[in-house]
Parts: sequence; structure tokens; C-alpha cells
Amino acid sequence: MPAVSDSEIERVFREEYGRAVAVLVRSFGGIDTAEEAVQEAFTVAVQRWPDTGLPPSPAGWIITTARHRAIDRLRSDAAREDRHAKAALVHVGSEPSEEGPVRDDRLRLIFTCCHPALATDVQVALTLRLLGGLSTVEIARAFIVPEATMAQRLVRAKNKIRDAGIPYRVPGEAELPDRLRPVLAVVYLIFNEGYTASSGEQLARADLCAEAIRLGRLLAELMPDEPEVLGLLALMLLIDSRRRTRTTSGGDLVLLADQDRAMWDRGRIVEGQAIVRSLLRRNRPGPYQIQAAINAVHSDAATASATDWRQILQLYDQLFAMTPTRVVAVNRAVALAEVEGATAALAAVDSLDFGDYYLLHAVRADLLSRIGRNGEASNAYAAAIALTSNAVERTFLERARTALPA
Amino acid sequence: MKQYLLSVYQVDGEPTLSPEATQTMFRDVDALNAEMQSAGAWVFAGGLHPATTASVLRVKDGEVLTTDGPFAEGKEHVGGFWVIQAADLDAALAWASKATRACAAPIEVRPFDGIVEA
Repeated sequence: MPAVSDSEIERVFREEYGRAVAVLVRSFGGIDTAEEAVQEAFTVAVQRWPDTGLPPSPAGWIITTARHRAIDRLRSDAAREDRHAKAALVHVGSEPSEEGPVRDDRLRLIFTCCHPALATDVQVALTLRLLGGLSTVEIARAFIVPEATMAQRLVRAKNKIRDAGIPYRVPGEAELPDRLRPVLAVVYLIFNEGYTASSGEQLARADLCAEAIRLGRLLAELMPDEPEVLGLLALMLLIDSRRRTRTTSGGDLVLLADQDRAMWDRGRIVEGQAIVRSLLRRNRPGPYQIQAAINAVHSDAATASATDWRQILQLYDQLFAMTPTRVVAVNRAVALAEVEGATAALAAVDSLDFGDYYLLHAVRADLLSRIGRNGEASNAYAAAIALTSNAVERTFLERARTALPA
Repeated sequence: MKQYLLSVYQVDGEPTLSPEATQTMFRDVDALNAEMQSAGAWVFAGGLHPATTASVLRVKDGEVLTTDGPFAEGKEHVGGFWVIQAADLDAALAWASKATRACAAPIEVRPFDGIVEA
């Protein structure tokens, strides 16, 4: 009989938790009922599988076991006159016995977790909890929030879903663009939280990147006709390909131009670039796709000096036309400096009015130093340093300021 | 079906609507009420006099104490409300987005406790 290790059960848990919860939520209506039942099913699995071996379909076994547990629990709650349990049991009775389109269940659950009536931090926590199977402790640690705060946030969110009647369904064609936006934003936020690693335990943070990419793959599988969904996946893969080279072993920031390109993750790059190429053929551009394309151009260059900055500048122009934000404006100026020189870029930066944005001052400082205006560069670095709370970035800026010729 | 309270919020000191805008608002709200009624969503609705007309009652030492209102000292007050029934929050939010346009004021949506058979 094949032995089943704890790590194998852990792997099944990570892969199948969201699917099982999603199916159970559809059958029973309540998220708490679904979560408790799935957790109980895994507890049984941990006891049994080491002796019996993995069942032919671990996911099916978990779902069936969880379903029986949930029905048992609802019957005993209904016997105690619990009206939610009674309502859920009526619902179960009308349910067909087969599992139905499981894919759609997870998609429904994502749209419930990222419903616009929930605050962004709540959307993020719910998505990680219900679809990612992360524990409350893990989510709290990753977002540097006390565990009790995170637990309370999740309880309130689940109560709101139940009491306000947030539906459990995929939005129709007409609402989809509006409803998809927060879903993609939540996944990208999870990724960035892991990638910037501004604070908190490094390990928990790297896990967030992996989790965001896993969610991105799931969305791409569930909504293959939405180009922005694929654009987000490509963007995360291409950025993540550089994660190992983004900081030194001592934790200092390494600029894109100074990174060891041989250390970039080729697998991630090949996959991300293939998605970008397929999106170009579809020709339905959007902000995530353009950002992915920009990163694909960077990944194409064997050396920093071989970067096709003209193409990157064009892509930033296109991006700025769609989303005129300060981040895009400043990044566009960086590309402009490479194409037309520091003086032209400085003029572009000085026309922007984002006084409290540290990156604007950092870029301005770099441009000033390139044309020998070192006194002004030093002041601009000082302004940037005063505005950033990220220790890694502050160290980088302080070094650049010290390195300026007197 | 569930029932939802759609509260219309008014902010003290905001410039009052012009007579024409007020007429438009009344017309739009009437049209929305008619639409809600024919869709079977309308349960009850009403507009309120300003919060300065409110009185507050509470029990203190076994006696009911009446004081000049409103209860909350804030500068936002409920100016009117709808009670509607809807299948779920998305359906309620769809009505609320029509309501906030019709009365040109923020709307707060809150579910009633309990499930209504319909």
C-alpha cells in the first residue's frame, strides 16, 4: 500500500481546498458551514490516508466526506431550531447529487469574495482564506496585522455576505467588466504585497507571490476569453522572473539595469512572453496587457543596454492614455530619458504635479545628476528619502545621494 | 426574498437644490416609485422633515425622558427612505443606484434581519 506523507496531504489541501469549499458553498449556501465541513474532511484524511493510501480522486473524496459532515451538522442544528440550518437543508434537498461544473463554483466564489460591497482589505483576506486555503494566522502574518484583527475581519465579512445577501454567482455579460476589475486588483495586490517585501517575514511574503500566480492561473483557466485576465497572469510571471535578482543577499535593492540577467527565471519568462504574443494577436489591449508587454520587452534584452526603449516608451504612452496615473507618468519619464535624453525627461517630470510621491523625486534626482546638476539632485534625493517608509528603498536612495560628486 | 432599507442621506449645510432641480428630483423619485411598484420591489417609502424636527425618547431611572433631537450629533441625517424586497444584494444595489441618481444624494443599503417568503 502506498504511504501518504504529511507533505502530500498538505499539497492536496493547497490544491483542493478552494475547489471543495466552492462546491460546498453552492450546495449549502453558508460559507461557515462549507469551511467547517471541508476542514473536518481534511482532519479525517490526515487520520486515514496514511493507512489507506491516497484515494483515486482525493478532491472527490474530500468533497463527498465534507458533504456528509455538513448534512450531519445541519440536521443537528435544525433539530435545535436553527433557522439558517433549516433553510440550508431545504436547499440541499433540491440539489442534484452530482457535483456539477466544479470550475464555475470556484469562479462564483471569487466574485463573491471580491464583491464591491466589501472593502479591499476584506476582499484580499477572504480570497486568500477561501480560495487559497491560507489560515487566518498566515494571512495575518503576511499583512502584519494581529491575528485577532484578521480573524474579526474574516468573521465580519462572512456575516455580511450571509446577512446582506451577497449572491454567489458569476456576473452577467453586462456587469462583468465592472465586477472583474476588483477581482484582478485583489490578485495583483496580493502579488505586489509579496513582491515588494517592504516588511514582515520574507518567507510569508514570497508565498504571497506564489499564491497570486496560482490564483492568476486559475482565473486564466476559468475565463480564457478575457484578455486582461491573461494579461495579469503574464505580468505577474514576467515580474516574478526577476524576483531573485531584485535584492542582494544582504537585502539591498538592485536596479533593473544592474541585475544579473543570467539569474532571471527562464521558465517564467518563456511562459509570460508566450501569453503576451497571443494577446497581441487578439488585439484587445488593456492596462494589464500593456504592462505585461513592457515587461516582455525588458525580458527580451540580453543586456540592459540592448533594451528597446523606443518600444517601451510607445507602450507607456498607450498605457498613460488609458490610465493617467502618477506611477505611469513617472515610469514613462524614465523611458523618455533613455530615448531622448535626461534633459527632455526632466522637463516631462517637472511638468507633473505629484509633490508627495517619493518615486517622482527619486527619478528627478537621478535625471539631475545625469546632467551634472548635483546640488539640486541632492535636494531631490532628500525629498524622496523623506517620503518613503520602505527601509530597502531608503537605503538605496541614501547611498545614491552620498555617491553624488561634490 | 430579502428586505432592504435604502436610507437617503442629507448633509447639513449643503447648498439646497434650485426649484427646477427640486421639481426634477420629485419627478424622478415618483417615476422610480412607480417602477419599483410594477416590479414588485416596493414595500414602503417616504420623505422626512429636517432632523431639527426630531424628538428623542429614552428610559432613565425607570422614567421615559423626552428631549429635543436629533439623536446623533453628526452633520449627516436620514432625509427619507425606501423599504424594498429583492432576491439578493446585487438586485438591491441595482435599485439603490437608481435611487441615488433620482434623489441626487448618497444612499445607504442595509438588509433587514430575517427572510421574507415571497
